Amino acid sequence: MSILILAEHDNKSLKPATLNTVTAATQIDADVHVLVVGFECQAVADAACNIAGVSKVLMADNAVYEHQLAENVSKLIVDVASGYSHILAPATTTGKNTLPRVAALLNVAQLSDVIKVESADTFVRPIYAGNAIATVKSTDSVKVITVRITGFDAAASEGGSAECEAVTQVIESDRSRFVKEQLAVSDRPELTSASVIVSGGRGMGNGENFALLEGVADKLGAAIGASRAAVDAGFVPNDFQVGQTGKTVAPDLYIAVGISGAIQHLAGMKGSKVIVAINKDEEAPIFQVADYGLVADLFDAVPELESSL
Amino acid sequence: MKILVSVKRVIDYNVKVRVKSDNTAVDLTNVKMSMNPFCEIAVEEAIRLKEKGIATEVVVVSVGTKSCQETLRTALALGADRAIQVDTEDGLDSLGVAKLLAKVAQNEAADLIIMGKQSIDSDNNQTGQMVAALLDYPQATFASDVVIENGEAQVTREIDGGLQTLSITLPAVVTTDLRLNEPRFASLPNIMKAKRKPLEVITPADLGIDVGSNVSVIAVAPPAERAGGVKVGSVAELVDKLKNEAKVVS
Repeated sequence: MSILILAEHDNKSLKPATLNTVTAATQIDADVHVLVVGFECQAVADAACNIAGVSKVLMADNAVYEHQLAENVSKLIVDVASGYSHILAPATTTGKNTLPRVAALLNVAQLSDVIKVESADTFVRPIYAGNAIATVKSTDSVKVITVRITGFDAAASEGGSAECEAVTQVIESDRSRFVKEQLAVSDRPELTSASVIVSGGRGMGNGENFALLEGVADKLGAAIGASRAAVDAGFVPNDFQVGQTGKTVAPDLYIAVGISGAIQHLAGMKGSKVIVAINKDEEAPIFQVADYGLVADLFDAVPELESSL
Repeated sequence: MKILVSVKRVIDYNVKVRVKSDNTAVDLTNVKMSMNPFCEIAVEEAIRLKEKGIATEVVVVSVGTKSCQETLRTALALGADRAIQVDTEDGLDSLGVAKLLAKVAQNEAADLIIMGKQSIDSDNNQTGQMVAALLDYPQATFASDVVIENGEAQVTREIDGGLQTLSITLPAVVTTDLRLNEPRFASLPNIMKAKRKPLEVITPADLGIDVGSNVSVIAVAPPAERAGGVKVGSVAELVDKLKNEAKVVS
């Protein structure tokens, strides 16, 4: 049995999500290969070769793969898939976009957002926004799996010495074309890999007030997140969203400010090691999951928190 | 242009989910069921395209038992023209559903298939992508803006870290994210009118599709409870606890 992992990257650097996926793979079988699909992505392939536990790296480096369009990447994966028992990708927007196409082309099911490996054919995944945990078994010949990265520790990024092999197939669809990208530019850590997150909810009142959280985040080296209510109200962009329909995070410290704690928000953050809630409503459900709850007006408490850190 | 929209009947968004005591499934007896929120957004987008004169017909389809006809009637009340129920047991896997929907899309010669990005019960986020792959259509998942022009859909997608815009040639599959639109409510006259709109029932056999699955659910358990914590009286006490008890702040 060998396992193929689709690497998460931006052509320049390998994203940490790949490391968590390698850990999930090594719990299934020891022979783990990583596929890097991109353009001018040698640095990514080099980084993949260094991951502890990876025995081989396949690199498809071609201009047609620059934006990793699902139509092309899925067919390429199917092309190189023979001989693999499992195909994995992190459950990022890239992995979620591409892997179901791979499963359909192979005529097998996909297991989404796996958080635990029971055995080579049995896996654990959350359903109903994490309010139920399902154990599922697949007898498909190839298991296609997206991995929830908060469910697995990161593999060591150094210590491996895999060989790198070029994949030369060029698959190009003329029916899907990249137009543009607007990526948020921030000096802060990425939400999904940050060790501290400060999140705001509807209680923030408006987008300008998120500046209050920035002061605390600066002191803690934290990422800034938001609840769906804050996103729906237009306070912050959608890529801030933590929850069932946004990102799943599990930092060492999660500070929820003005967040009531709707089920769908808890689904995205209750794996955090330490949860702090600041809310003026002492009945807010967020206090049921918080390790430390402070019933206070956030407009008093947050500036005081910033100055005392 | 004809649009096909799939809708799924799921547990209502506001209902607290409980796992059955024998750990086999989530308890759905006497629980309020509604249209999956992402499917509502898909229906709304299709109706808006019809109102703009871009779409000529909106067909809604649902896969499931007879009870999903209720969800189809809701979509008809919102403005869809006609409905198709593919009559199956509940609990098909995504690939089976995708095969049925792909066949319906083909039979209907739909130019655009709009689907929710995920259902809030199984949380899979895969059926739309599978339909696209089975039909060899291009896809634009997690859409927050859709513009149809000259046989193409220009779609802005919500991706990790920001937004991406793709141009895809129709026929194609689009899956909806939260910010695509705000769905309307059905008016009473439209709910009455919807009862007379056509609703066709077909079976997987009619479509020539085998929906067998190789995935079985072994157990469904409640999540591990998080032990409730303590309330602190002041910011100073909070900072002290974080530094000296939890040791997550230095």
